[in-house]
Amino acid sequence: MNAPAMAPERLNLPARTVALLAIDGQELGGAVLRMGPGPEADEWLRALRHSLPADTPWRRLPASIDDDRLLGGLDMTASLAAGRPLLATGLLVEAKGGVLILPMAERLGRGTAARIAAVIDRGAVQLERDGMTSTQPTRFCLLAFDEAREDETPLSPDLRDRLALQLSSQDFENAQEPLLPLDPARVETARRRLGEVECTAEQLQTLCGTAQALGIDSLRPAWFAVRVARANAAWAGRDEVNEEDLMLAVRLVLAPRATQLPELPPEEEPEDTLEEQTPPEDQQDPESEPPDPTPPSPDTLPQELVLEAVRAALPPGLVASLTSAAARRQLRARVARGGPPARALRRGRPIGVMRGDPRKGYRLHLPATLKTAAPWQTLRRGTIPEERAGKLQVRADDFRVVRFKSRQPVTRIFVVDASGSAAAQRLAETKGAIELLLAESYVTRDQVALVAFRGTGAELLLPPTRALARAKRELAGLPGGGGTPLATGLHAAWELARDLERKGQHPVLILMTDGRANVCLDGSTGHEAAGEEALQAARQLRAAGWDSLVVDTARRPRPRARAIAEAMGARYLPLPQAQSGGLSAAASELETTA
Amino acid sequence: MSNAFPFSAIVGQEEMKLSLLATAIDPAIGGVLVFGDRGTGKSTAVRAMAELLPPMMQVPGCPYNSDPDDDCHCDLCTGHRPRGKLAPVPVVDLPLGVTEDRVVGALDLERALVHGEKAFEPGLLARANRGYLYIDEVNLLEDHIVDLLLDVAASGENVVEREGLSVRHPARFVLVGSGNPEEGELRPQLLDRFGLSVEVATPTDLKDRIEIIRRREAYEQDRAAYRKRWASREGQVRARIRRARERLDSVSVSDDIMERIAELCVALETDGLRGELTLVRAARAMAALAGDDVLGLSHIRGVAPMALRHRLRRDPLDESSSGTRVERAVAEVLG
Repeated sequence: MNAPAMAPERLNLPARTVALLAIDGQELGGAVLRMGPGPEADEWLRALRHSLPADTPWRRLPASIDDDRLLGGLDMTASLAAGRPLLATGLLVEAKGGVLILPMAERLGRGTAARIAAVIDRGAVQLERDGMTSTQPTRFCLLAFDEAREDETPLSPDLRDRLALQLSSQDFENAQEPLLPLDPARVETARRRLGEVECTAEQLQTLCGTAQALGIDSLRPAWFAVRVARANAAWAGRDEVNEEDLMLAVRLVLAPRATQLPELPPEEEPEDTLEEQTPPEDQQDPESEPPDPTPPSPDTLPQELVLEAVRAALPPGLVASLTSAAARRQLRARVARGGPPARALRRGRPIGVMRGDPRKGYRLHLPATLKTAAPWQTLRRGTIPEERAGKLQVRADDFRVVRFKSRQPVTRIFVVDASGSAAAQRLAETKGAIELLLAESYVTRDQVALVAFRGTGAELLLPPTRALARAKRELAGLPGGGGTPLATGLHAAWELARDLERKGQHPVLILMTDGRANVCLDGSTGHEAAGEEALQAARQLRAAGWDSLVVDTARRPRPRARAIAEAMGARYLPLPQAQSGGLSAAASELETTA
Repeated sequence: MSNAFPFSAIVGQEEMKLSLLATAIDPAIGGVLVFGDRGTGKSTAVRAMAELLPPMMQVPGCPYNSDPDDDCHCDLCTGHRPRGKLAPVPVVDLPLGVTEDRVVGALDLERALVHGEKAFEPGLLARANRGYLYIDEVNLLEDHIVDLLLDVAASGENVVEREGLSVRHPARFVLVGSGNPEEGELRPQLLDRFGLSVEVATPTDLKDRIEIIRRREAYEQDRAAYRKRWASREGQVRARIRRARERLDSVSVSDDIMERIAELCVALETDGLRGELTLVRAARAMAALAGDDVLGLSHIRGVAPMALRHRLRRDPLDESSSGTRVERAVAEVLG
């Protein structure tokens, strides 16, 4: 770009985001901030808070929130006092018209994320819980602080898709001026102006075209980009969207979602875009006002200029990772800091209620307890002293507790040796064995994940998924060759398993290797040192206490793989025995004993 | 009152729209599963479709939306023959986070606590009777809720035996589910309860994408005005559904056509007879929609993928999409 005024990196993006959210936060859904807590985040939040009217709701949403607090449910205390069921409002309704802050968004479970997404879509909480039914309208601006490191699963994509703006910590570093609250009166003026701001057909086309060129499939971002452009124009006091608005929309909404880098369009591209303006075939559409046949006026940005700007605005690391043929997240193995975390409390999934004593560590299920006690109230009231007659009579027999499904969701992590030695041995057979286990996982509805190690690194080829066709595709494309960084692979598996366990899942490790390590954690080579490191990593896995299986893929079983298995505390199975029956039997045994 | 996006203003997504129309014409088809990418307007389409359903006769206040001629056992309908009224077809949402008691119905807590009475409070299954039950993100639904649905969806009756209650009531509904396959696959048993299954993808044509954003813009600016602008189009679709419903019974199916359908299902090794039945029903609905009195091969071709793609014997590791497999078989068997 040769017009520096338009370059988005010159803009103070965090400040601009505050303005956009203050003006149109609820329609934009909110923002994803790829950063943790700290002075920048605090300053930014403070600026936003003071730019909004003083009575705007401002709530925090912990990732561990349960349905009762998120959506609402039976208000226990109030119901007991009143003697009839009363509704407790959930957080999503409390935040109506205001701001909801989600720290550690990467910890938010898929189910919770989907519930929030559904509420955003409907603009209301639809409650069907504990005998209560209600529809409570709510709209809010969700600010998700996503601290996921590169090797961790970030905030659920479904929820990310619904939050228009995306900022990274880099954007904060680039912003030089301090963040100050905006004048609420100016915000209010801009908000009123918003409905008047015009976005022309060409500008719409520019944004849609850019979204497509960046490989953004979902249509929500394109729609958000239009809104951002209009909000920015309203903020600047204009009634028409201009180049700067478009650039900002691309920078804040589209560029962070890019899955591919656009090819710089060839010369004839502008003609193509003109042709696309031919009226839709369906002339009867009530609103197909004839598209403006004039070519883009000089002050609308041709799409390629926008794309060029995007290219310039993207951080260099992103460009590199996008341009690499497979833009997969590299699993960077790291030496663990400290020991493995304490084993997460077994949570399981609630599947109903049963009679039980809440004092014995069960969780009391109040609605069910009340229901059990309810039919007896008239009878019991006759048998008790006068002064207690108005109170609810609950007996020990009435207590109902939550029953949890004992089996946690299982994720089988395949840790596959794809090194040269393994390839020469029998990578193909290993693949066959994994396919058997995949088919098995399909039946039991387990998730699978695939970590492969070769050369000097380990790679998460397949994040935990139930989509097994994809698993197979990744497996088929698994290249072999290079050294054997066994310790790196084990570290990668450790990090993934720990991540899953923290989410209440039950990881099961299946390591497929011949046990021959020759690349160290630091990338240097050497049988002895690498072997020692591998054993050390294996012992660390043992300390974590996950169920694991080592499948020896060597043509003739070697003591090395067995030693790794012993250090890991894993079951050991040489591949010759690991044919259909033996392998899946061994793997399922792991889970039943879990 | 409602301000849903107009059905006829949805750009593209023909298969999804067709499948929803088919269930509106013949609810016995047994529902639709819409699977696809995020941001493709899956739930927009379902909610839009709800607006097009012709009203039905029902007893006002009956918890099961029963027809006056139905043999309903609720307090309102027993004893005397109540009068019916035309009312909108219920489209009931089954939201994530729903608890078991609200799905099947349970002891009425308020009446129990305040009056010490044992009364049944009907759940969502009752409310959806004779209408639609819609589950967004169906693959994220908890397993124990899915278990409750499986039996009812097949039998059309909800049997409640809990908290000292013993109640059974009709629960016939069109099950509509939507979801994103990336969130996980559906249990085969639940998959089977859906009559039709369609796959949606984001439109790749830039012109379509721009048109979608343009319409959404106009709709968000002023929903009421936008709906008004599309009202006559919506009326046309509603009239088409009504005409197709009237014609449905007179669509004849020759033995030869039945044989071809059977051949197709044999070639695809679909499980059970439900595939054949659904295919015939959906094809008849298509014929009725097109104004034809005789079921032809073209009608079958149009709906075979959506009626059969989720009924193929599943090879979890087969990469070719099941839709492609159905199309291949259709080309071979029907020519």
